[in-house]
Amino acid sequence: MPVSKRQKQEVRILDGNQAAALGAKLSRVQVIAAYPITPQTPVTEVLSEFVERGELKAEYVAVESEHSAMAVCTSASMVGARTFTATSAHGLAYMHEMLHWAAGARLPVVLACVNRAIGAPWNILNDQQDSISQRDTGWIQIYARNNQEIIDSLIQAYRIAEQVYVPVMVCYDGYVLSHQQMPVSIPVQAEVDRFLPVYKPHTVLDPSDPRNYNLVTLANPRANVEGQLCHGYMEIRQLLQEALEDSLETIVQTGRDFGEAFGRDYGKLFWQDRVRGAETVIVAMGSLAMEAMVAARILRDKGLKVGVLGLRVFRPFPAVAVAGALKKAEHIVVFDKNISYGAEGATCSEIKSALFGCGTKAVVKNFIAGLGGRDVKAKEIASAVESAIGADVPPGHHPTWLSQM
Amino acid sequence: MGTRDCNDICGESTPGIGEAGKTGEWRTERPIIDDKKCLPARAKKAACFQCWLHCPEAVISRTVPVRINYDYCKGCGVCSEVCPAGAIHMTPES
Repeated sequence: MPVSKRQKQEVRILDGNQAAALGAKLSRVQVIAAYPITPQTPVTEVLSEFVERGELKAEYVAVESEHSAMAVCTSASMVGARTFTATSAHGLAYMHEMLHWAAGARLPVVLACVNRAIGAPWNILNDQQDSISQRDTGWIQIYARNNQEIIDSLIQAYRIAEQVYVPVMVCYDGYVLSHQQMPVSIPVQAEVDRFLPVYKPHTVLDPSDPRNYNLVTLANPRANVEGQLCHGYMEIRQLLQEALEDSLETIVQTGRDFGEAFGRDYGKLFWQDRVRGAETVIVAMGSLAMEAMVAARILRDKGLKVGVLGLRVFRPFPAVAVAGALKKAEHIVVFDKNISYGAEGATCSEIKSALFGCGTKAVVKNFIAGLGGRDVKAKEIASAVESAIGADVPPGHHPTWLSQM
Repeated sequence: MGTRDCNDICGESTPGIGEAGKTGEWRTERPIIDDKKCLPARAKKAACFQCWLHCPEAVISRTVPVRINYDYCKGCGVCSEVCPAGAIHMTPES
């Protein structure tokens, strides 16, 4: 849409949770089922107020657990409702079984994950262990760097999910974003309505044409009552993998279209800050990518050629595009707010895997940072990067922890 | 020809007899009705039908005499338990 035809967007000072709730409202969600958990709680409060005041025509189901929240969302999505839920940490872990179900049943549920550390020991503060632990459930995962990206990504999430029939998790850092206020441009409702077509379920439940869904589906394909050979369990899993592979294109196109409609372009799978020509590239995901940009400025002031690659889409992992962006770097320094115990940070493994076979001689160094809300300051990132430049990273090395041990 | 031609996006099917295959193959014990004891068979008219009512697989007919569809009977033995005349015996499948 030409800039002149776009309606002026109101700028409000919002925290991340308010931005998420408003994103769901603007997407005209029809069924909300959520259970409060720190730091996600305000999302449920704001949404229930929208419904209570009649500003949002939605069914708000006050469930007794996160497992039930996702069960309600999958059921409502199955019968054609646009559904939303939000959770954090233990709540997301409790949903685990139903996350698999939503993806396996190909239901376009959208979930806001307010990233929080998981116990033991108890901790309510931020890291990304919760959503990373759900990596293999078949959900698309998008990470926001700031509150503008939260509201924008949520609206895009519905269009992506309902096009490829894969649920989408929009992840943002607890407290760092969820409770931090910043200016947010609010997309105009009429333009969101134009951007988001009405949700069409892939199958319609109709008593006059009864169907079975997701019954026991055993190892081998079998002919149905009409004699048509139908998928076995494995073929259905393969379809989900294909859907995620193909969704990369949908995510980029949706981001471009969003830019056309609202003036903020998301037609990319990751953010780049002077990656081209950089000798050293810092990789981080979520709000840490913003902090890394400050660190890169500190390092550039010292004469180092440093860029930042901020991961936006973690699943599907944009391996080809990431390898293309990183293959000329000499040092790649990956910061993870998560740890795959016994291995390394989850995004570091992805980066290494993406680079395999593309001829790079880059040295990849991994830092574990910011677990359980530990502050990660730009100057700490900068000195970690400096220590990594020129350092030997033998095969099978362990990640370095930015801890005080 | 692969399964892609079915165009299904998730696990789905049309309800129909034998949708899960010949489930009678799962059976280890076969219920056998003794018409000399079965109440409808003895009375030669509709009666009792507790086995028909309780069968979880709906494979017992509401007819005189009562008949079991062994293609789909899984051999759970509920009919044998509920029969007030003791007319249904479970015998091991060979």
